[in-house]
Amino acid sequence: MSEPLDKPVKRRDFLGIAAFGTFLIASATACFGIVRLFLPKVSPELSRRFEIGEPQGFLLNEVKVPVGRSVYVFHDKNGFYAISAKCTHLGCIVSYGPHGFSCPCHGSRFASDGRVVSGSAPKALDWYAISLAPNGQLVVDKGKTVKNGTFFNV
Amino acid sequence: MSRFHVFVENLKMVPGAFWNSFFRHGPPTTDRTRAETVFHNVFLHIHPARVHRWSLKPALSLGLGVMASASYIILALTGILLMLYYKPSTTLAYESIKDIHFVVPTGRFVRNLHRWGAHLMVITVILHMSRVFFTSSYKSSRQFNWVVGLLLLALTLMLSFTGYLLPWDQVAYWAITICANIAQSPREITDALNITHFFDPGGMAKTILIGGSEVGEDALIRFNMLHCIVLPLALSAVLCVHFWRIRKDGGLARPDDADQELGTPPEGEKPLFTQSPQKTYGLMAFVRGSSPRVGKGPENTLPAWPHLFYAELAIFMITIVITLAISLWMDAPLKELANPLVPENPAKAPWYFLGLQELVSYSAFMGGIGVPLVALLGLFLIPYLDREKTAEGRWFAAPGEKEVTLKSLFFGLTTVILLEAFAITCGWLRSWFPGIPTLIVTLINPGSVLTLLYALWSVHVLRKTGSMRLGAVAIFTCFLAGFLVLTIIAVQFRGPNWDFYWWPSLWPHH
Repeated sequence: MSEPLDKPVKRRDFLGIAAFGTFLIASATACFGIVRLFLPKVSPELSRRFEIGEPQGFLLNEVKVPVGRSVYVFHDKNGFYAISAKCTHLGCIVSYGPHGFSCPCHGSRFASDGRVVSGSAPKALDWYAISLAPNGQLVVDKGKTVKNGTFFNV
Repeated sequence: MSRFHVFVENLKMVPGAFWNSFFRHGPPTTDRTRAETVFHNVFLHIHPARVHRWSLKPALSLGLGVMASASYIILALTGILLMLYYKPSTTLAYESIKDIHFVVPTGRFVRNLHRWGAHLMVITVILHMSRVFFTSSYKSSRQFNWVVGLLLLALTLMLSFTGYLLPWDQVAYWAITICANIAQSPREITDALNITHFFDPGGMAKTILIGGSEVGEDALIRFNMLHCIVLPLALSAVLCVHFWRIRKDGGLARPDDADQELGTPPEGEKPLFTQSPQKTYGLMAFVRGSSPRVGKGPENTLPAWPHLFYAELAIFMITIVITLAISLWMDAPLKELANPLVPENPAKAPWYFLGLQELVSYSAFMGGIGVPLVALLGLFLIPYLDREKTAEGRWFAAPGEKEVTLKSLFFGLTTVILLEAFAITCGWLRSWFPGIPTLIVTLINPGSVLTLLYALWSVHVLRKTGSMRLGAVAIFTCFLAGFLVLTIIAVQFRGPNWDFYWWPSLWPHH
């Protein structure tokens, strides 16, 4: 700083700077506020919680794919678990086979429990929470992910 | 004379009076009225009143910029026609495209024009940028117009991208799903740092883009609005700035010795500025750079009317002929109705994004956001770093430029082909170390390695030649080579599961 700090600011300059600053702050606040408009609170998508049938309806080692839900529901000796069919790379729907899951879009492969085996997927497939509703139906909640290896037992 | 008589006389003079009030100058037969034709017309005055003979050389500009603008005009007009029948709703969009294709009279033809015109525009914009680069036309006063051009490139790609979703067919749906998730891919980084819960720019970008967590009605409405209103308005405005800047910068870039090389104009190219003008045009005073100077005899400029306008009109007509021919020959594709449960396999984006999709198949963040941002930043910096006063307005004019271009082309092509061949045959990090952390794959993948190698090559050229211009030539040529090879690989050699196939007929059948 070459200018002395205690050099008085002219009143006219101060008012000008203050007015311009107020304008900038007001504009920035308005822009920041209106960003919320772009982020809807309610979406017309399907409910993320849905029933998949009664526990008795599942055979041991059965894999079910609820229609239109992009999720695989498994039942083995450890219990029930639901794995997302949405590839963590870029959101394509993976298919399930004897060697685990594979994604058609960029070739990521996942083990039967959703761990990444090869390809560019950054993380394992999500496991979704399963619960038992009072009406005796199993409910999958896609809004709630659980740790890999969390089994639900009735 | 009776009042009635005056009324009749005035009435008779209405056509002439209207004509004169409209044009306010005589027919464009003298230098003066030709200049007035240009600067008394709001649409023409974006042009200069007089244009240097160097700017009119077809081999200099190849007419690529005009061709890109011409395809934009075709797109705007056909786009308005398509909007008459297109319905932006998930239940109606696909059917309305089918109606346009099969029922609406001339609908298929108009849609073809729109689709192929869009491809032509992307091609010509890229070629135009290359032309400006290799003729060193971004220098001195034209630096900012290069940046405006980059903005136009981005807007052109965004227009194509938003238009891609509208037919709501399988390719559209899955290409946009992939792109929306690319917008979300900063999560690769935030997840690895475990801060997504507090700070999630990726998730926010995706929600702003498609208005939800999955591509649906909101995404279609947003894309339609962007495609039909926001982006065309933005592109039109920026395009006007681009044109206007060309005029303010004194026409297309030309070397200092342009006048000597052109020599005296041939007899046919009349009329020229008179040797001793009675009056000079005031607006010339504001033109910077090598503008017409006093006391230099013939200025080697021609009136824009008709010379420049004839040239522009000719290119406009060539553009129309090309789009018409392709549209009569090939139909715009339309796949099955979008199905959010079954991905298209392979789901390929439009060809100009496929180079990026090839990189995305190694890392979503690096290929979709990291490398493109670095490339854009590099392109932006070129005119500000390369301030050498080499011959502007000539192809490959800097000393040693041809050699560096050829060497860089060779280096660029070899590097990308070898790297891809290696990644395709041997796999990448995760194939050898299955447990490797994601962050390392995000940082080290063919996309980032290629960018690094290209940057190193450019630095090497810079150090060897000591010329910023040649360094820029090196990286720009490599960039073009990489874009070309990655695009060809993704278009031609990638099949289901993004596996490599020599020919689509070898794809497995289900």
